[in-house]
Amino acid sequence: MLNPAFEAKELLLNSGTLAEKCMKCGRCSASCPSYGEMDIRPHQFVSYLQRGDAESLLSSTTLWKCLACFACVQRCPRGVAPAQLIEAVRLASIRQQGGDRINPDDIPAEIDNEMPQQLLVAAFRKYKG
Amino acid sequence: MVFDYYPGCTLKTKAKELDIYARKAAEKLGFELREFEEWQCCGAVYPMGVDAVAGKTPSVRALKVSQDNGRALVTLCSACHHVLKRVNHKVEEDAALRATLTAYDDELTYDGKTEVLHFLEVLRDKVGFDKLADAVTNPLTGRKIGAYYGCLLLRPGAVMAFDDPENPSIIEDFIKALGATPVKYAMRNECCGGYISLGEPEMSSRMCHKMVDDAKGQGAEELITACPLCAYNVKKQTGDGLPITYFTKILAEALGLDVEGVQPC
Repeated sequence: MLNPAFEAKELLLNSGTLAEKCMKCGRCSASCPSYGEMDIRPHQFVSYLQRGDAESLLSSTTLWKCLACFACVQRCPRGVAPAQLIEAVRLASIRQQGGDRINPDDIPAEIDNEMPQQLLVAAFRKYKG
Repeated sequence: MVFDYYPGCTLKTKAKELDIYARKAAEKLGFELREFEEWQCCGAVYPMGVDAVAGKTPSVRALKVSQDNGRALVTLCSACHHVLKRVNHKVEEDAALRATLTAYDDELTYDGKTEVLHFLEVLRDKVGFDKLADAVTNPLTGRKIGAYYGCLLLRPGAVMAFDDPENPSIIEDFIKALGATPVKYAMRNECCGGYISLGEPEMSSRMCHKMVDDAKGQGAEELITACPLCAYNVKKQTGDGLPITYFTKILAEALGLDVEGVQPC
C-alpha cells in the first residue's frame, strides 16, 4: 500500500483547492442537502484530508452522496470548496482497478421513457473511472 | 442578432420542447440561434479534478468554434451552461491547462475568451425584459408561477455570474415580463438530487418534495425550470403535486406562438 499521507497530498493537489484554509465553521455541512446521508460530513471531510487520512475517505459513503450542487462551494467563507475535495477522492476511488460503481449492462432495466440523457451521462461521469 | 447555439444531447431527445420553443421565440424576438455542426456532449457534469482534462475537451471544441465564428455561444440546458461556462472560465485562468490542451491537440489551443450566455441572459441583457414585455401578445395574467433555479445556473456564483446565487431574480423578472405573477420561495435554488435519482430515488424524492412544498406554501400554482434533470426529478418524485414545465414553453405561449404538437416535459 502506498504511504497514506502521500496519497492524501496527491488528492489535495488534484482537488485544486486549499484545505488548510478551512476555519472549521461548519457552514458546508449546514448547507449540504446530503448531510444526513454522509458518514463523514463535509466539514469533517476537510479535516480528514488535512490529517492525511485518505484511507477513511476512500471508503466513506460521502463520495457517493455528494450531488455536486455546489452549495458548500458557494457558502464557504474561506474558499475551500469542499465539493472539489470530495471529487478528488471520488476520482481516486473510481479510477482504481474494479472501482466502477455503475455497470452499463444494468442500465436498461433502470431506464424509463422520460429519463433524460443528461441523467445517464452525469451518472457515468460520476460512477465510472 | 445571431448567436452560436449549443443545444446539448437532451434537447435533441427528451427535452425537445425546451429547444423548439426557444428557437420559435428567438425568431419572434428578432434574434437567431445558429446551431453549429458536430458539437459534442458536454458530459453533463463539470470535470472538477485538476487532472480531468479529457472531459473538458468537448466544451473547449465548442467554445473554440464560437471564437472562430466571432459570436457569443448560447445554451439552454442548465447542465450544458454550467459545464461550458466553467470550462471557459478555467481555461481562461489556468495557463497550465491551456498548455496541456495544446499538447493534447493543436486544435484545442484556446484562450477562454468566448462569451457564454444562457438564453435567459440573452433575454435579460441583449433583448431586454422591457422589450420582451412589449412583444407579449398573450399575457399570462393571473398565473402564479414559481421559478425553480436549481443548482447549476447559479453556483459557483463567482464563475457562473448568472445572478445573485442566494437570492436570484432573473427568472422572476422573466415571469413578470410575460404578464404572470412570480412566486418567490426559499428553496428555489436548492438541489433536486441530480443524478442520484438513478440509484437512490428516495434521496431525490426528499429534496423535490421539500422544494415543491415550499413553493406551494408560498402560493405557486406551477413551476418552471431550464434543466431537463430538474424537470424529470420533480415530475417523477412529486407526481402532479405542482406542474413543472420549461421556461421556454411559457415564453412561447406568451408570445402567441403555437405550443401544440410538442410533448410536454
